[in-house]
Amino acid sequence: MSEYSIKAEGLTKVFNGSLVAVDHIDFSVKNGEIFGFLGPNGAGKTTTINMLITVLKPTEGKASILGYDIAKQNNEVRYSIGVVPQEYTADEDLTGYENILLCADLYGISRKISTKRAADLLKLVELTAFKDKKVQTFSGGMRRRLELACGLINRPKVLFLDEPTLGLDVQTRAATWNYIKMLKKEFGMTLFMTTHYLEEADALCDRIAIIDHGKIIVVGTPTELKDSLGGDIITVAIKKDVDITGLVEKLEHVKEVKKENGSYMIKSENGEVTAPLIIEALRKEGHVVTRLSLTKPTLNEVYLQYTGKSMRDAEESGDSLHAKRMMMARRRH
Amino acid sequence: MSENNNISKSKLHGLWALTNRELKKWYKAPTVFILTLIQPVIWLGLLGNALNIGSLFSSSSFTPPTLTPPLTPTQAMQLGQYFQGLQNEIMGSTFGTTSYISFMAVGMIAFTALFTTMFSGMSVVWDRRLGFLNKALSTPVSRAVIILSKVLSATLRSMFQAAIILIIAVPLGFQFGAAFTPINILGVFAFLFLICLGLSSMFIAINIRSTRIETPMAVMNLLNLPLTFASSAFFPIERMPEWLQAVATVNPLSYTMNGMRQLLINPTINYSDLALQYAYVGIFAAVLTTIGIVLSWRFLNK
Ligand SMILES: Nc1ncnc2c1ncn2[C@@H]1O[C@H](COP(=O)(O)OP(=O)(O)OP(=O)(O)O)[C@@H](O)[C@H]1O
Ligand SMILES: [Mg+2]
Repeated sequence: MSEYSIKAEGLTKVFNGSLVAVDHIDFSVKNGEIFGFLGPNGAGKTTTINMLITVLKPTEGKASILGYDIAKQNNEVRYSIGVVPQEYTADEDLTGYENILLCADLYGISRKISTKRAADLLKLVELTAFKDKKVQTFSGGMRRRLELACGLINRPKVLFLDEPTLGLDVQTRAATWNYIKMLKKEFGMTLFMTTHYLEEADALCDRIAIIDHGKIIVVGTPTELKDSLGGDIITVAIKKDVDITGLVEKLEHVKEVKKENGSYMIKSENGEVTAPLIIEALRKEGHVVTRLSLTKPTLNEVYLQYTGKSMRDAEESGDSLHAKRMMMARRRH
Repeated sequence: MSENNNISKSKLHGLWALTNRELKKWYKAPTVFILTLIQPVIWLGLLGNALNIGSLFSSSSFTPPTLTPPLTPTQAMQLGQYFQGLQNEIMGSTFGTTSYISFMAVGMIAFTALFTTMFSGMSVVWDRRLGFLNKALSTPVSRAVIILSKVLSATLRSMFQAAIILIIAVPLGFQFGAAFTPINILGVFAFLFLICLGLSSMFIAINIRSTRIETPMAVMNLLNLPLTFASSAFFPIERMPEWLQAVATVNPLSYTMNGMRQLLINPTINYSDLALQYAYVGIFAAVLTTIGIVLSWRFLNK
């Protein structure tokens, strides 16, 4: 078997002859990897998943799952994948247990095996106590967990999760993270997930692709992506209004210094080392440091850098970004 | 991850599971279930009596003019009997039975089939909107099975409702024809099976691409009008104006109802007519089910 579980080449979907939802994307997901798909609303994430899970026919390009072509061998693909969709798809009029068994029947799994698996899965997602309640009465979190159980009923080798933690509380989100990690570790499952929670992508995903307007903009490990921004950001404010750019620029690891709103934004390859050096250097010159903060780039910065919806200038600190957002929010009112 | 070989790869797997899912929405929901039982009572009780054309000719609705000399009681009775006979003759020659409610009840059965299949057609749209369809499409269940399960559930439901209508109609005055034997019930169910197959395939085909309910609703309403009124549900075709007759004679519901009436209420059965009626409804079912399955392969996945 090849090293890759999912491979897409020039995958494209055009809706109604003109709306290009997914635009010639190429990517591959290694066996046993958790691959994150990030992007703004309408970027084409769900459309990509729907093509990979053989629900939508690609307009152009091709893709394969475990070596099976999604167009020509779609039945083989369907047997080897599991899907946890973005919406709640469980039948409201049936109980949780009935829903899981229904999923099993759609795979043609014999009743003897499916009842046992259903019981195990209900335990895994902690729904055993509610299994005979109609799904109507389930909370959002319970429904998500039920979707997860349904997606696992055929013991898939590749699992697709479309925003699996959308609308979940902190506890349930943490529990879902644990399931996801467990699936990778214990079953060696390959996971393809989309999410809008960047810290979640950072914590879970081995590799991340950022997609916008149907195109993949960048692919890499979370660390690679963060490093691509060029380092940490140190913000310094001093009492007197003198220019310290020249002074700071000479220090170790410093890449760039910029003055903004009365404070200095210093980009450093290694913030922890540079920060004390800055304080020392300024003190020597008799400057009084009134404020200093160190920001490590998060996926947030990476995301905004590449999708550029609210901030194109990666040098801006979290603080001023916050201020900017507040201003925008105020303007809207 | 090794138990995957324990799955049936039959082409029809999931058919019963999906059919049962549809049926559960009905028999596990007490209000829906009871309503489907009450509905025929209301239809038969209200419409059957309001439209009881037979009563127009009955002796009690006719008060003989006061004659001089007045009729003797014997003469009055004879006159009454004469009108009763006239009524039966007119009813018999028009409706093939002396009881309008019997004529209506069979129409009712066909109607129930029409509405049940229409709703099953609309459920495709709901499944699409609520995401269930997408989930089913991502599993190896056959696309044809997804459609067939809806057809089958509508058919089973209609058959059950038909049985209820017959049971309820008997105390309301339903009269079986002279040619009726219990085996004919099977023949009635055969008719129902075929017409439901055809109708629900047709309604599903109308809905198969839709993501909204409005457009197919309009199409279905447009179809329902000629299907109901240009049929022999309330009135025999021969008594209709010519233009309506033209529509009614191609309407598969007319053939279904006429066939069922032959089996249930008519005094004699014309077997060559019956064969024609089965053939017509059977071809309708075969053609539309084929269309439905072909469309499901082509259009269920967008
Ligand atoms: N069935 C469809 N018909 C027409 N256009 C569609 C269809 N499905 C999606 N689109 C369009 O394709 C684009 C991509 O949608 P998609 O659902 O893939 O976005 P997404 O990245 O999943 O967004 P979100 O984060 O909101 O879930 C959008 O512009 C959407 O309007
Ligand atoms: Mg989406």
